Amino acid sequence: MNIEQVIEVRGLTKKFGNLVAVNNLDLNVYRGDVFGFLGPNGAGKSTTIRMLLSLIKPTSGEMKIFGKSISKDRKEIFSKVGAIVEKPDFYLYLSAYKNLEILGKLSGTDVSKKKIMSMLELVGLDKRYKSKVKTYSHGMKQRLGIAQALLHDPELIILDEPTTGLDPQGMKEIRDLIIYLSKEKGKTVFLSSHILHEVELISTRMIIINKGTTQVEGTVEELLKTDKVKVTFEVDRIEEALRAVNESSWQKGFKSTSKNEINFDLTKDEISGLNKYLIEKGIAVSAIIPVRSLEEYFLKITEGGSK
Amino acid sequence: MNTLIIIELQKMFKKWRTYIGIIAISLLAIIIQVALYFTGKNMIDFQMRGIEQSFVMVGNLLNGYFIARMILTLLIIHIPFLVVLVGGDLLAGEATAGTYRMLLTRPVSRLQVISAKFISGFIYVVVLIFWMALLSLGVSLLIFGTGPLLSIGSGIVIFAENDILWRFLGAYAYAILSMTTIIFISIIFSSLVENAIGPIISTMAIIIVFLIISAIPVDFLQSLKPYLFTSHFTQWNNFFNEEVDYREIFESAGILLAHIAALYGVTTYIFIKKDILS
Repeated sequence: MNIEQVIEVRGLTKKFGNLVAVNNLDLNVYRGDVFGFLGPNGAGKSTTIRMLLSLIKPTSGEMKIFGKSISKDRKEIFSKVGAIVEKPDFYLYLSAYKNLEILGKLSGTDVSKKKIMSMLELVGLDKRYKSKVKTYSHGMKQRLGIAQALLHDPELIILDEPTTGLDPQGMKEIRDLIIYLSKEKGKTVFLSSHILHEVELISTRMIIINKGTTQVEGTVEELLKTDKVKVTFEVDRIEEALRAVNESSWQKGFKSTSKNEINFDLTKDEISGLNKYLIEKGIAVSAIIPVRSLEEYFLKITEGGSK
Repeated sequence: MNTLIIIELQKMFKKWRTYIGIIAISLLAIIIQVALYFTGKNMIDFQMRGIEQSFVMVGNLLNGYFIARMILTLLIIHIPFLVVLVGGDLLAGEATAGTYRMLLTRPVSRLQVISAKFISGFIYVVVLIFWMALLSLGVSLLIFGTGPLLSIGSGIVIFAENDILWRFLGAYAYAILSMTTIIFISIIFSSLVENAIGPIISTMAIIIVFLIISAIPVDFLQSLKPYLFTSHFTQWNNFFNEEVDYREIFESAGILLAHIAALYGVTTYIFIKKDILS
């Protein structure tokens, strides 16, 4: 593959005493990816992110960013990385502007008023730039977290739960911003999120980890395509519909029924086929309701289902 | 590195706790100056009562130097309490606020970060002692004028006016060294915990325990005294002896410098190896 590998992790392990937080983890992020990093609580996501950002020393394993070792070329690497790690924390006794100025100086970037104000404007905080951060809501701090991560125009952006605490409009804005950064600016985004729908909407590749170990890694499209999803068909005449299903090959996808609903396990391609079949049998289908495909897939993987 | 130090100082001087020491020193100096302005003559008369019949005293004994010496003697014991308020917060404050995550994911090394913390702690000590010197010596000279310095220790010594200033400069410089040792102790504790209260209390506890050990007249404890850093804090007093014992001053200064170097080295090692979990 000719695509440049931005993050390369091999056999990464972190032990806290007897507790193995991350166990022999492998991970690959390529340039331009919006890489979804998924796992249940306690799966080792935050520990992995902290190791990638050199906040925690790994027990063993190798990590490279931009093809360089984090332990040896830390400064060079972090001049091209922006990050939010867990909740956004700032110097509460300083203004948003001053916080960005300090963090910008540490990153060796332009800290002109124009630059800082443009970042604050991007995240909708320009009107409160003089306010001390202690007066900010959690959502505002989250936005400021995004601003500080983007301030030095990094090539790789590591975002740990970036939409936590935001209202639906704010969540959409951050999602749109991530898509914009990826598609228009060519940034690579490493996105850890609990919101599976979010990952499904914006990620190009993803990994699911559990108990510190890689469960699956690949493109979102490929991973979801190979698996069946739960679909509910809402019909007008339930008994006739059930009879039609039982008389056909669709019976093998049948799972359960309730009131005027029939539940199936189907691939995406099969959904339209079953719809067509029921209509041909004179049964009106008023709704086809898919259970979120990634949610279903995630639960299957993390609850010990097939790889 | 300069950028980091400037940033550390900006953060430090934007915090309320940084001014507690400066305000406390200002208040105490002013109170002492006001009290001596009204009752200082009685105090001088009382101290001179034993020798006034044998010697003729001329000149202004209640002068700025006398006041400054008194303030230095009274405050130097308490400045450690003020210094650790800032030192204890230097690293633990970042952990409490969760700002380590922002700070240490920038293209700066941990060695640079910890060194900037130590240097800013040292600068704070210099500012505090300079402020004390300015208020106690500078302002007292303006209010009370100059004159010979009456120094009462094991005996009474009176220094001529042109033989005083350098003694104060030496004493203040030594005070900076002593307080730097204190702030460095609080920084090492600060690197171990996530709350500033612990380092402040721990540092004070060490100073109090060492001072108590030094004061107990038991042979074994007295034999430990030269090894306790607190025994070397008061060498600044040596500058107000008729014959300054430079050998003693340099020995004590060497011991304090060794403490400073060791504290910096150990804290840096701890900080570089530390997992940031806050």
